[in-house]
Amino acid sequence: MSERPSIRRTFESQLQALEQNLLRLGSMVEEMLDGAITALVNQDVALANRVIARDDEADQLDLDIEIECMNLLALQQPMSRDLRLIGTVLRATTDLERIGDYSVDIAKVAIRLSGTPYFKPLVDIPRMAQLAKKMVHDTLRAFVDRDLAAVQRICTTDDDQVDAMNSRLFDELLAAMQTRPEVVVQAAYFLLVTRFLERVADHCTNIAERIFYMETGELVELA
Amino acid sequence: MVDTNGEVISRGRAKREGMGFTSPDQDRVRTKIQVENLSLFYGNSQALKNVNVSIADREITALIGPSGCGKSSFLRCLNRMNDLIPDTRVEGDIKLDGESIFKKNVDVVALRRRVGMVFQQPNPFPKSIFDNVAYGPRLHRLCSKSELADHVERSLRQAALWDEVKDKLRSSALELSGGQQQRLCIARALAVQPEVLLMDEPCSALDPISTFRIEELMLELKQQYTLVIVTHNMYQASRVAKFTGFFLNGELVEFGLTRDIFERPKDPRTDDYVRGRFG
Repeated sequence: MSERPSIRRTFESQLQALEQNLLRLGSMVEEMLDGAITALVNQDVALANRVIARDDEADQLDLDIEIECMNLLALQQPMSRDLRLIGTVLRATTDLERIGDYSVDIAKVAIRLSGTPYFKPLVDIPRMAQLAKKMVHDTLRAFVDRDLAAVQRICTTDDDQVDAMNSRLFDELLAAMQTRPEVVVQAAYFLLVTRFLERVADHCTNIAERIFYMETGELVELA
Repeated sequence: MVDTNGEVISRGRAKREGMGFTSPDQDRVRTKIQVENLSLFYGNSQALKNVNVSIADREITALIGPSGCGKSSFLRCLNRMNDLIPDTRVEGDIKLDGESIFKKNVDVVALRRRVGMVFQQPNPFPKSIFDNVAYGPRLHRLCSKSELADHVERSLRQAALWDEVKDKLRSSALELSGGQQQRLCIARALAVQPEVLLMDEPCSALDPISTFRIEELMLELKQQYTLVIVTHNMYQASRVAKFTGFFLNGELVEFGLTRDIFERPKDPRTDDYVRGRFG
């Protein structure tokens, strides 16, 4: 029966447009995160400023998506999978917008630290950022593919890896601050960055849990 | 959805409890009507196919499905209204409080007093408002003449109509608006003190405000009565019913908690129907 042509083609196309807009926001914040980390590593102020400038665009898109969701809820009275899709998008858009905000926060740190050379080459933070970025990408992919295996992986292995890295970097940076007072300012900012990246990963698990709900109807904690 | 003790169990309750969606008490209810292997034939045509379901006591159960799916035929089986249609044959059983309604000694008039019905089109008698409500109690000699006025008032109050008609009880019922007429029909049905109220598209002829009034009334009535409604309006089912059954081609495809039927139905046919993809 599901193979039959839909008799609500207009509504179907509205839902598709909603999904496309969510993916647009996803791509935008993925690029923002990438830019913020690159700006931090390369101490590239111009790039950091470009990331910050995109925040308004991301906020506007998030708002547009929310309005679209509310319109569809009010005007189309969605049920079942359609209702779950809209509920998922409504939640995911907020999570993506927050990832955009964290990217801006990292870009601001990059600007703040741009004047002086780092006390040690950045190796682990870009590695952690790579993991967080991959989680954002994989989460969007899992949304498109309705891939529950990927959802499980994001909420367990991937999130655990980021958490472990966060914990290790915290210890290292704390140790550096205790032994070398002259690096305290830089290290404190790096601690903030690791915290931002850890939160990015958490937002990915939130979205992944909603993808699980969208596909199964079960609202459960997976991470 | 119903275990062997007649208690309704919701799917995945433990998980939803954890999410704060429900409490166990809400999901444990007594069975009022037990339908077992029910098939209905009009001549050679089979209108219902082996339907099994438990109707919960003092809850609202909604039956949804496309036109001709059997939901109204099913409703009419519950108080043997189908007996009035020639060449009708029923297989299986329906038990009201554990007793078969098809037993030889069952008084069908008494059954229909216990299981009342409200129809799609308000159908007041061409009599006064008072006489419409008093009709059943007089016929069944439910109360003395001196008690009749109180009885009528009580029924009109239960149907949320008293305040609007108390000053014109002797006026013709036909002067009332459509929504008022439908509430009068509900008052008339309640006046014979039924246990179950069957409602066949009770709001389809009403405007949205009258519809909301009737829906609010249903939610009040379920404190005392078991309600079964047939509706084309899925949103009405989702607003008022605790349980919903989806009929298709005479088959009860899926039955369960309304929120499950509309949020996460198990059967793809239910999913297509509630999402309006049926076609």
